Amino acid sequence: MNELLPRLPFADWIDSGVDWLVSTFGSVLDGIANVLGGVVEGAVTVLDMVPSILLAIIFALIAYFIATRKIALFTLIGLLFIDYLGYWYPMLQMLALVLTSVFLAVVIGIPIGIWGSQKASVRKVVNPLLDLMQTMPAFVYLIPAIFFFNIGVVPGVVASVIFAMPPTIRLTMLGIEQVPKDLIEATEAFGSTTSQRLMKIQIPLAKPTIMAGVNQSIMLALSMVVIASMVGAPGLGEEVYRSVTQLKTGVGVETGVSIVIVAIILDRITQQAGMRKQKIGGRM
Amino acid sequence: MNEQSIKKKIVVKDTTKIFGKNVKRAVQLLKEGKSKSDILKATGATVGVKNVTFDVNDGEIFVIMGLSGSGKSTLVRMLNRLIDPTVGQILLDGEDIVQMNKEQLREVRRKKIGMVFQNFALFPHKTIVENTEYGLEIQGVPKDQRRIKAVESLKLVGLAGYEDQYPNQLSGGMQQRVGLARALANDPDILLMDEAFSALDPLIRKDMQNELLQLHSDMGKTFIFITHDLDEALRIGDRIALMKDGEIVQIGTPEEILMSPSNEYVERFVEDVDLAKVLTAGHIMKKAEAIQVDRGPRVALRLMKQLGISSIYVVDKSNRLMGAVTAQDAVAASETDKSLEDVLISNLPMISPDTVLTELFDVVSTASIPVAVISEDQKLLGIIIRGALIGALSGDNQFINNDGIIAPADQLNTEEI
Repeated sequence: MNELLPRLPFADWIDSGVDWLVSTFGSVLDGIANVLGGVVEGAVTVLDMVPSILLAIIFALIAYFIATRKIALFTLIGLLFIDYLGYWYPMLQMLALVLTSVFLAVVIGIPIGIWGSQKASVRKVVNPLLDLMQTMPAFVYLIPAIFFFNIGVVPGVVASVIFAMPPTIRLTMLGIEQVPKDLIEATEAFGSTTSQRLMKIQIPLAKPTIMAGVNQSIMLALSMVVIASMVGAPGLGEEVYRSVTQLKTGVGVETGVSIVIVAIILDRITQQAGMRKQKIGGRM
Repeated sequence: MNEQSIKKKIVVKDTTKIFGKNVKRAVQLLKEGKSKSDILKATGATVGVKNVTFDVNDGEIFVIMGLSGSGKSTLVRMLNRLIDPTVGQILLDGEDIVQMNKEQLREVRRKKIGMVFQNFALFPHKTIVENTEYGLEIQGVPKDQRRIKAVESLKLVGLAGYEDQYPNQLSGGMQQRVGLARALANDPDILLMDEAFSALDPLIRKDMQNELLQLHSDMGKTFIFITHDLDEALRIGDRIALMKDGEIVQIGTPEEILMSPSNEYVERFVEDVDLAKVLTAGHIMKKAEAIQVDRGPRVALRLMKQLGISSIYVVDKSNRLMGAVTAQDAVAASETDKSLEDVLISNLPMISPDTVLTELFDVVSTASIPVAVISEDQKLLGIIIRGALIGALSGDNQFINNDGIIAPADQLNTEEI
C-alpha cells in the first residue's frame, strides 16, 4: 500500500448509508418485512393443510396439463420420494420461498424489461445495474438485508429476488427487441398506438423468450435457498447448510437430491409453458 | 382528359431524407449542390432520398422503380411517415402529412393508407382472419363487424376458406394475398406496395400482377408500387418514376420511358427490355385501306391497283369489318358479275389493339394478308404489317405510334404482304 494515500473509507460510507436508510425508513421496512414474512408463512400453512399425497397428485396434474405425461409421472414419483425421505415440510418451506421470490422478480422484472425495450435511456441505466446484480457475490446482499429485515425468511426472499430478477428483465428486453422489424413496421403502418403494438404484437411474440427468462429466474432463486438459509430462512436449504456444518454426507446428499428434484419439476413445467403456443404460431 | 380534371392524390415537393448524424450540415451542403458522395465524405451522413418532387394522380398505379440502394423503399416509407422526411412537403389530398401530429398521422394510417410488405410481415401468432382484421381491430371496430369485413377481403383475394389457418401453413403467394387482404380490409384510398411481389417465384408473381390489375380496375384505388424489376414496372404501371442514388431520373408512362429515355442511365436500364412484351398491336398498327361493301368489285380492284396491294379489307357502312377480298377474286367477281359479298374471305385473323407483340408473331407469320386490328364492336382500327412489327422490335421509333395515334398509311403502298 502506498503510505502517502490514506485508505479510501468506502466501506464506512456504505455502512453509514445503510444506517441512515434503516433509521429513516425503519417503519416502512418493517411493514415490508411483515408482509413478505406473512405471505411466505401463509403459503406454507396453506400447502401444509393438504395431505402430501394429494398435493403431489395436484402437482402431477398441473404438470400433465401444462407439460407432458412423462413430466407428470416424474413429478408424482419425485415428490413422493421427498415425502418418504421425511423432507416434506422443509420442501414446502423452500417452495414457498422460491415461488414468492420468483413472483416478485417477475412482477417487478417484466415491466422493467418492457420499459427498457422501449427506451434506450432506460436500457443504459438498467443494463449495468443488472450486471452488478448478477456478478456481486450473493452473500453480500444478505448483510444489508439482515439490517433492513432482521434474520429469517424475509432477507432470504429479498436476496433471492435481487439475484433472480436479471434474467427476466434481460430476456424480456431481448424478446421484445427480437420481434422482426417488418412486423413492427406493419403494426405502425396500420396506425397502432404504442400500447397496441406492445400488447397485440410484441409481447405475444416475445412470450417464449420471456418465459425462458422466468425459467432462469426460478433456477437462480432455487440456487439461492442454501445461501438464504445462512440468514435463517427455513427449508431444504437449511437442512443442506446444517449437514455441511455437521459434515453429514448422507443427509447432505438426501437434501441435495430433493432440491434437484424440485428444480427439475419447476424447470420442465415452466419450459413447456413457454413453448406451448409456439407449435402452431411459429414463424417459418 | 385535360390537366385540370385529374385529381392529384399525393403531391411530394422537394423532399429529402438524410440518415446519420450531422444532418443540418448535410442539408446545407445539399443546398449548395454537393453530390451524395461529397456529403458522405464531409459529414458522414447518407442521403437516402434527394430533392424528390412528383405527384400521384387519383386512381392510378404509380410505380417507383430503381435498383437496391436507390432510395425507393425510403421514399415509399416517407409517404406514410414510417420514415420522417428531413425536409420537404408531402401533401395527401392537399394536407401536409409531415406537419401532422401523432394522432392525425395515426388517423391517416388507419383510414387512408394501406401497406403491403416485401416479406409479407404477417403476424405469426394470429390466424389468417385475425391478421386480416388487424387494422380494424386496432381501430376498435366490434369483433363481429370486423370479422365480416375481413372475410370479404379474403374472398376478394381468393383466400376464402383459409380463415383459421396460420401464416406458416400457407405458401408465399398465399401469404402475400393475406398481406393484400389485410391492407384492403381497412378500405384505404391509397395502397403502398413495397416490393410486394419480389419474394414470389416468377409464375406466381405474374398471376399476382394480373390479379392486382384486376383489383385496381375493380376498386379504383390509388396504388403506389415499388419494384426493382423493370418488366414488372412496365407491366403494371400507369406511370413510372425511375430512381437512382436517391433521385428521380425520369417520370413517365412505360412507353415514354422506353422510347425516349431522358438520359444515358435510363437508356442503359431499358436497353435489355423485351419490347415485344411491352408494345401492343395498337402501337404498331397502320391505317387500314378498306372499301365499303356496296361499292362493288370493280371499285375494289381499281383501289388495289392504285395502292399497289393485292388484297383489301371490306367494311360495312359503320366501318365494321366484314372480311377481305383478294385482287384475283375481285377480277373473277367482276367478270361473272358477282357482288363483293360473294367472294368475301371472312375467316380472317383479327386481334384487339392491346394484344402484346409476343402474341402477334404466330398470327402474323401464318396470315396470308395483313392482320386486322379491330375494336370490341368489330370496327376496323388498323392493320399489322410484318415490316412494322420487325421495325418496332428493333426499337425504331418511326414504326411506333404514340398512344394509339395511327401513323399515315403512305408506307403501305410499298409493303408486300
